[in-house]
Amino acid sequence: MSGQPAAVLGVGQTSHRTRRSDVSIAGLCREAVDRALADAGLALTDVDAVVVGKAPDLFEGVMMPELYLADALGATGKPLLRVHTAGSVGGATGNVAASLVQAGRHRRVLAVAFEKQSESNAMWALSIMPPFSMPVLAGAGGYFAPHIRAYIRRSGAPEHIGALVAVKDRRNGSLNPYAHLRQPDITLESVRSSPMLWDPVRYDETCPSSDGACAVIIGDRAAAEATQASGRPVAWIRATAMRTEPTMFAGKDHVNPRAGADCAAALWRRAGITSPIDEIDVAEIYVPFSWFEPMWLENLGFAGPGEGWRLTEAGETQIGGRLPVNPSGGVLCSNPIGASGLLRFAEAALQVMGKAGDHQVEGARTALGHAYGGGSQYFSMWVVAATPD
Amino acid sequence: MTEVAVVGFAQSPIERRGDGTTSGVEMLVPIFHQVLAATGLAKQDIGFWCSGSSDYLAGRAFSFVQAVDAIGAFPPIAESHVEMDGAWALYEAWVKILTGEADIALAYGFGKSSAGELRRVLALQLDPYLLAPLWPDSVSIAALQARLGIEAGLWTEKDMAQVAVRSRAAALSNPQAQLYADVRADDLLDEPYLADPLRAHDCAPIGDGAAVVIMASAERANELCERPAWITGFEHRIDSAQLGARDLTTAPSAAGAGRAAGAGRVDVAELHAPFTHQEILLRGALGLGDDVRVNPSGGVLAGNPMFAAGLARIGLAAREISTGRAGRALGHATSGPALQQNLVCVMEARS
Repeated sequence: MSGQPAAVLGVGQTSHRTRRSDVSIAGLCREAVDRALADAGLALTDVDAVVVGKAPDLFEGVMMPELYLADALGATGKPLLRVHTAGSVGGATGNVAASLVQAGRHRRVLAVAFEKQSESNAMWALSIMPPFSMPVLAGAGGYFAPHIRAYIRRSGAPEHIGALVAVKDRRNGSLNPYAHLRQPDITLESVRSSPMLWDPVRYDETCPSSDGACAVIIGDRAAAEATQASGRPVAWIRATAMRTEPTMFAGKDHVNPRAGADCAAALWRRAGITSPIDEIDVAEIYVPFSWFEPMWLENLGFAGPGEGWRLTEAGETQIGGRLPVNPSGGVLCSNPIGASGLLRFAEAALQVMGKAGDHQVEGARTALGHAYGGGSQYFSMWVVAATPD
Repeated sequence: MTEVAVVGFAQSPIERRGDGTTSGVEMLVPIFHQVLAATGLAKQDIGFWCSGSSDYLAGRAFSFVQAVDAIGAFPPIAESHVEMDGAWALYEAWVKILTGEADIALAYGFGKSSAGELRRVLALQLDPYLLAPLWPDSVSIAALQARLGIEAGLWTEKDMAQVAVRSRAAALSNPQAQLYADVRADDLLDEPYLADPLRAHDCAPIGDGAAVVIMASAERANELCERPAWITGFEHRIDSAQLGARDLTTAPSAAGAGRAAGAGRVDVAELHAPFTHQEILLRGALGLGDDVRVNPSGGVLAGNPMFAAGLARIGLAAREISTGRAGRALGHATSGPALQQNLVCVMEARS
């Protein structure tokens, strides 16, 4: 716990699709914001400050779009911050909003994150040739595939683990009405026969490109108690953490990056958690390519080095398992990049609020939200719980 | 409430076209060394880092990612980034100290405006559906604002030229300034219009640069700095993006932030006014009397490194306190077309 107590009062998200050509960027954000306000029983006038997060501005072709969004987000006359920490930005947006409450600056803060990927082509926006550094080439998949191969070699994981994750997440997504990809009939065989994109990542093991937004309203203790008094559950923010390391340096471990491990260690320490696998009931982890589930299970300390895939193989990460991972379907089902991290944070909150609907994990009391970005170098995380302490 | 003070500041020279890349690393490394040496800190002592920059200015996605290479961020650091001027990065870092999660925080901002055609790049900040497709550039929008003020009797072209004269003269003693000169208003007024009623002297020059500020909580500030600049008010607000819906002769967000931060009673103010008429407008909006020294550095009319200039205003205001030239100082930052978004940081000396 840092500073004053803070809690999630309400959560909203859009229906995520390849193309939300029915709405403008402002309309997309407002769809999520209005749902979050309704969820918390609040109006825009109850919000004291706004934090906006999204990935690179080049994805929509709008420079600092939060300036244009000020009216739609009800931010005029109020403080507005724009966060950008690469793919982890959604998580960072939640954490910055939380810090504004924890610091005693505001009573209620609105965090909004979005991406409208259909406005451009994210893969090629990422495939740039910056001076003096290695180009990413064919988008994020081409960048991360070698790290996955290194994980498989290092851990000795059987080759079907990635497909198992894809089957689980896509079936989970079919339980989530907002998910972009909803595939209840997907099978291990169908995933393993889908086209190979970046060896060993197949088409069905890859996140989609989505238009979508997510909004979370965070309040202080008095605001949280007022929300509870109106019969609405809240999710108490037990801890937040962020860590960064460079993209490339001698000794960089792309499979098990130290920034992620340090971030998790700081998070568990602040939350008073000594055994994450025993004390976390459900985890929403940023898994844009299937194999990152076992990799992050190890990086986060849910399993020892080289052991994460065993939890996946044993079905322990399914709903009903020892540690359900991404019951919402996760990034593999919906990936509005800038919002993907905040969606993880919001879904963790929904679980401990008991409002996750068909993908609710029974009895979830403590949950992890996780996001990462850049070349596995930016990490943001939070732990939310049904009770304040 | 936790007391926080600015204890260190450094700024790169502002250059019309620097040699470095858009990653900012070449501009940042020297000033990181400078500010850490001045405070006697090592990078491991910084509990939270926050940066401000723009991908659009750099013309590439994730430009700030490479800036982290200037830090040498291993072991990993607690860090965040805003797609805003570094002044807002400083605000986020200040909030982090207030939560108790860090004692010492560092904010930096950098921008290589020379990499593109700045006034057209900034046009992409406008409503992407209704306004940006018309490509009204940042200078033209500022000209509309200046014209409205002239017609409302709030300032004249001569008033505006006198702002430029004072800026250039003040910058004579600022070694990092890009523009400095001893000029006369009448001579400036003989120059042609750039965008009627703005002449070249009314517009901040285009330049590349970076700035860094270190803050510390009460427990650490006095050991790091002889005269810390204690933050007594730190506020920011935003106005509507719809130019047609705003009264462009005022800046309610600046006035609101100034009121909340206690802007009225200061000895000196560093204002982020990229156009001469905006300095006059901001003086009024912030309630700064004639006795307040404004922009002793020359302000951004003497050098305006995008995404670093606002942060530098706060650093320069803090320097007025640390050098004993002022008891209370104000740093201001702006963002967006025609002063849409504004931030005010008020600091004071304590014995």
